[in-house]
Order: sequence, then structure tokens, then C-alpha cells
Amino acid sequence: MTTFRFESRPSLLSMATVAGPDEAKGPLGEKFDQVVPDLWVGQKSWEQAEQELLARAGQTLLVKENLTAADVDLMVGGDLLDQLVTTHFASRTLDIPTFGMFSACATLTASLAVAAMAVDAGYGQKVLVTVASHHHAAERQYRYPVELGIQKPATAQWTATGAAAFLIGKGGPVVVREATPGRVVDYGVKDPFDMGGAMAPAARDTLLRHLQDTGRTVKDYDAIFTGDLAAVGSTLFRDLLKEEGVQVEGIHHDCGLILYDRSSQKAVQAGGSGAACSGLVTAAHIIPGLLSGEWRRVLLLATGALHSPTTYRQGESIPCIAHGVVLERAEAP
Amino acid sequence: MKLSPEAAQTYDQKRLAHHPPVPVARHFWRAFWVGGLISTVGQFFLSYFEKKGLMPDQAAIPTAAVLVVLGALLTGLGLYDRIASYGGMGAALPITGFANSMVAPAMEFRRDGWVMGVGARLFQVAGPVFVFGTLASLFVGSLWYLFYGGFTG
Repeated sequence: MTTFRFESRPSLLSMATVAGPDEAKGPLGEKFDQVVPDLWVGQKSWEQAEQELLARAGQTLLVKENLTAADVDLMVGGDLLDQLVTTHFASRTLDIPTFGMFSACATLTASLAVAAMAVDAGYGQKVLVTVASHHHAAERQYRYPVELGIQKPATAQWTATGAAAFLIGKGGPVVVREATPGRVVDYGVKDPFDMGGAMAPAARDTLLRHLQDTGRTVKDYDAIFTGDLAAVGSTLFRDLLKEEGVQVEGIHHDCGLILYDRSSQKAVQAGGSGAACSGLVTAAHIIPGLLSGEWRRVLLLATGALHSPTTYRQGESIPCIAHGVVLERAEAP
Repeated sequence: MKLSPEAAQTYDQKRLAHHPPVPVARHFWRAFWVGGLISTVGQFFLSYFEKKGLMPDQAAIPTAAVLVVLGALLTGLGLYDRIASYGGMGAALPITGFANSMVAPAMEFRRDGWVMGVGARLFQVAGPVFVFGTLASLFVGSLWYLFYGGFTG
């Protein structure tokens, strides 16, 4: 039994988002707190730009709630860059005690789970969860220089630019009810241009364990959101579940397919990815849906590919992980 | 958990079945006309330099230089990566693609300093081409020497 149930009902008090220009052109464009006009964000490097996105998301949240850094007990968050430079460097200006988390694009749910654990156990009254990613910074680290002419296959995904911050405490309108930490699952995929295909088995593993632990079926959820399986990984995920007799057709959605309009934003190829992908979609789509009453209980399964450029060059396959978090509207039983 | 190699192979087949088909005809067509267009521009300059009185093998040198400058310029303007993501090998193979492979890392790593940034990373993409191109020419040259006993005639 590895699903944690938070009896004291830690919940979401507030959230803030800063999105990049391509994300602003997507279907959720109107719903972000702040949109930056270009990928520089007024900085001198992509890395600094990513830090600025995160710092702005954190500050926007503090201003919204009329809080200072001293009111926040802990910051739990991560990003995709080596040594979590975005999170740690941005934390210099936010000045909140910080746990850096790395689960690649599954960082959001790992951080939400840890924040909910801290609040549930009474170690913190207010815990800040942050995620950030930047398309060009990720390209430079994981792949090639940004201006290099490369034709990517249709299975490739687009790292989202943006940052999201969530404040977890008690008494908010959306409750973090349960968390199921993921196991590292490696199905031998070596193609970094098919991360959805590499991550789908990890998402299945966590979903099946979650259902077993809670004794529920997928019908108990109004929606199940995977992080960034995108076009290829999403259909694969549903097929893998069908093999296990679990039917998620109709209730499964993928953040990577929600963030962009693939028919007009061709460059995103199979869909979005990146730590900010599930962060932006959760803040701009999932939480609003819970608040408006569209859904009562959703399972958020952020998915992450845990390889590095070094392990890829050395011929290793891509280990993946998916952490699950159950979000419920507060008045739900 | 890590799947056994056999099980991983079975999964790979399942995964690849979900991949959209590669639009081979479209890729060929785009590579053909983009590569053809770049070559036509090259031919224009080659003919121009010949008309100015250079021998064909001499005229190839300023032609290559002009194309490298054009490739570098388009990279600097942020256009060449778009041309190449559309035209694929049609844009990567001509010498303008070589210019792109040098200028793109220079731009990217300029922020890491002149020595450890530009100096160390300039050949990140083009380096392997030089290394294995040189090795291949050495190999072919050695064969030639063995079978024909010399490099003249």
C-alpha cells in the first residue's frame, strides 16, 4: 500500500501562472495570470529567463494573497535544468526555505504530494509548490543549440515555457486528498524523440497501483489527467490499460494535448512537455474546472522521463516515473 | 523496474505501431525543392564568377564563401532553423547547412564566454563531420596509393 491519504485535508489556497508566448497562443492563453512576449523575459540567457518566470510566478502568488516570504513555511519545487538551477536561483529572491525536487516533467505531482504531506503532518501552515521550464533552455541542455536546423520527427514533443506556483495550506476550495508516488519504470525505450511512448507504462503502473490501493475504479473519477504523454503516449496509455481491462476512454485527458492547439501550432509536433506543461494546465484548466463544478474528483498523473544527455549518449534506455495526486472539490464527501 | 530485453522488444513493436506514418513523399519533395533552390542560388553565383573570368574550379571557391555567408546570415536572423525544419536534408546537406551548424553553437554558447563557450563548443555539431571526414579521406587516399602507387596522373 503506497497511496497516502491526507486525513486533515490539505488544500489549495492560491495559485499563479506565468506563460510564454507560444503557450499564450494556445487554447488556455486567456487564463494565465501573466504572459511574457518573448523567450528572453528581459534577461541575458535562457537560464536566467527561466528563473525570472519562476520568480514572477512566486511573487504574483504572494502579492495575490497579500503575503510576504516570511509567511510561507516551505517551498517545494523543481525544474528540468541540471542542479535544479532555476528553482534554487529563483529561491534566492523568493527567500523561502526550499526543497528542490527532481522528477523531470512529473515534478508537479511529486511536489504537490510532499507539500500535502508537510501540511497534513502539521509541519507547515503554508507551503509553496513551484514548477518551471523554458523551451530554449531545455533544448540547449537536452538536445541542440536553438538555432540549429533540425527536422524533428512527428513523435517529438515541445517543452513548455512558463512557471506555475501553488500555495498549499488548509481551508482552501480544492483538497489534495491522496498521493500515489511513482515507481521508476523502464520499458527499454531509447528514443528521446518519443518520450510519450517511454512514459506511458509508468503512467499505467501508477494508475493501477492507485486503483488497487484505494479500492476504486476509474469510474470514481470525473477525469484523469496525464502530464505530458502527448499524442503518441496518450493512445498507447489507453491501449496499455485496455490490456489490463481498464477503460479510460472519454475520461482520460493529457496536459500535453491541452496546452497547445496542435492543428495551428505545428511546431509542437506530438504535443507539450516540460515541468511547466502540467503546471500551467493544472492552474489554468484543471483547478478552474474543479472550482466551476465541471469535475468533483480528478486524478492528476504527471509523467517524467528521467534520462540525461549523458545516459542517452552512453546507450542507456529512458527510465520514467509518474506520480499521482487526487484533487477534489472541498465540499465533496 | 526494468523490462527484460525480450519483453522490451515486444513493447517496442506495440509502441511503434502508435507512431504516425512518416510522410516520406512529402519529406522527399520538400528536401528536393529546398535543396534545389539553395543549389540554384549557388549555380547563380558560380556562373557569375565564371562570367567575371574565373575558371570553373576557381569560381567554386568564392561561390562556397558566398553560400557560407548567406547560411550564417540566415542563422543569425533566426531563419535557417525554420528553413531546415521544413526542408530537412535539403537544407542540412548544402554548405549553407554547414554554416548553420557552426553559427548556431557559436550563438548559443557565446553566453558561456569566448573560450569555454564559443571556443570549446563551436565544433559541437560540425566536429564529428570533420573527424570522420578526415579519417575517411585518409582511408580512401591510402587505398588509392596502394592500388595506383601514387597520387599523380
